[in-house]
Amino acid sequence: MTAKGMVIIDENRCKGCGLCLAVCPVHILKLADGRFNTRGYRPVEITDPEACTGCAMCAIICPDVVFTVYRRRARRGQPAPPPTG
Amino acid sequence: MATGQDIPPDMEPVYQYPESLTSRFTHYCPGCTHGVIHRLIAEVIDELGIRERTVGVAPVGCAVLAYDYFNLDFCEAAHGRAPAMATGIKRVSPDTVVFTYQGDGDLAAIGTAEIIHAANRGELITTIFVNNAIYGMTGGQMAPTTLPGQVTTSSPGGRDVRMAGWPIKMAELIGVLPGAAYVTRQAVLDVPGIRRAKQAIRLAFRVQLAGLGFSMVEILSTCNTNWGLSPLEALEWAKAHMVPYYPLGDTKVADAVRALMEQA
Ligand SMILES: Cc1ncc(C[n+]2csc(CCOP(=O)(O)OP(=O)(O)O)c2C)c(N)n1
Ligand code: SF4
Ligand code: SF4
Repeated sequence: MTAKGMVIIDENRCKGCGLCLAVCPVHILKLADGRFNTRGYRPVEITDPEACTGCAMCAIICPDVVFTVYRRRARRGQPAPPPTG
Repeated sequence: MATGQDIPPDMEPVYQYPESLTSRFTHYCPGCTHGVIHRLIAEVIDELGIRERTVGVAPVGCAVLAYDYFNLDFCEAAHGRAPAMATGIKRVSPDTVVFTYQGDGDLAAIGTAEIIHAANRGELITTIFVNNAIYGMTGGQMAPTTLPGQVTTSSPGGRDVRMAGWPIKMAELIGVLPGAAYVTRQAVLDVPGIRRAKQAIRLAFRVQLAGLGFSMVEILSTCNTNWGLSPLEALEWAKAHMVPYYPLGDTKVADAVRALMEQA
């Protein structure tokens, strides 16, 4: 567990629009193949969780608030900078 | 929301579901940037700590159900009349923070008189104006904001400006009115733009909180469904065609607002 960041995907909110795939700087998001969420969309999946930097770009572009994003604290006691703002 | 996944203790949340949104699944088309704009408003309301005293006024248009999606007090106005309703709410209850959420059909066609006079009176309300260059809800007809030559269901040969006039630049129009304290045009077409749009929404609410006058954020948004494009293509189309016609940036920053900006 050395990943700098981590996303939690609320997959039943996802509409499979693909916008997050296009902005992820490390290209670790894809739409599910042959699998659908409860709304009938192909939900987003993460291909390589270890590569996630916690940049929150996916959360910033997502129209449906699918992502919760975490970032590993840089140093003890030092809060991570806010993603937007 | 968050599933049973374990969060390592040294991981800190950098993006969480805003409290000012309900958990409802929106009816917006996949990739529609109405959802992004909802999120930004909710984040700003959370960050300013004003959720319990904010009242939204929803439009007629695709955002007609906005009251289901915001975890706030909300009213639904007749088509285009949100600024009039917001005026009433704010005047009888000056401690509330009141905003309207309006599309371009709502604000720039049927509601043109309401928005101009509310701004000109300097009502202490905030308007979030979603310009997607089309009537989304009713099936993609030409709006006052539709670009010259743009094909819509009611301009199948492209908008002919000799017949239909020119796309109307609301941020510029409202910006010249003395009652308007802060007017800006932003876009939610990429991550940096979304960040700037959020800053603008925050400033617009702060202008209201400081009692400085009317504030409006026009936001260039997409309607991929009625433009006949994929969600990603729609972002690119808006950058290529809308941004050149509708320049981004502030059209009005009153002196008092400039002072507020300097306070961070
Ligand atoms: C009095 C009245 N006239 C016309 C309509 C039909 N109508 C519903 S939504 C709409 C325009 C919506 O376009 P816009 O405001 O741009 O919002 P969008 O759907 O694109 O988000 C119209 C003309 C109506 N509901 N009420
Ligand atoms: S941007 Fe959001 S709704 Fe669209 S595919 Fe990604 S997670 Fe799903
Ligand atoms: S019709 Fe257009 S504006 Fe309405 S929800 Fe769909 S993409 Fe968004």
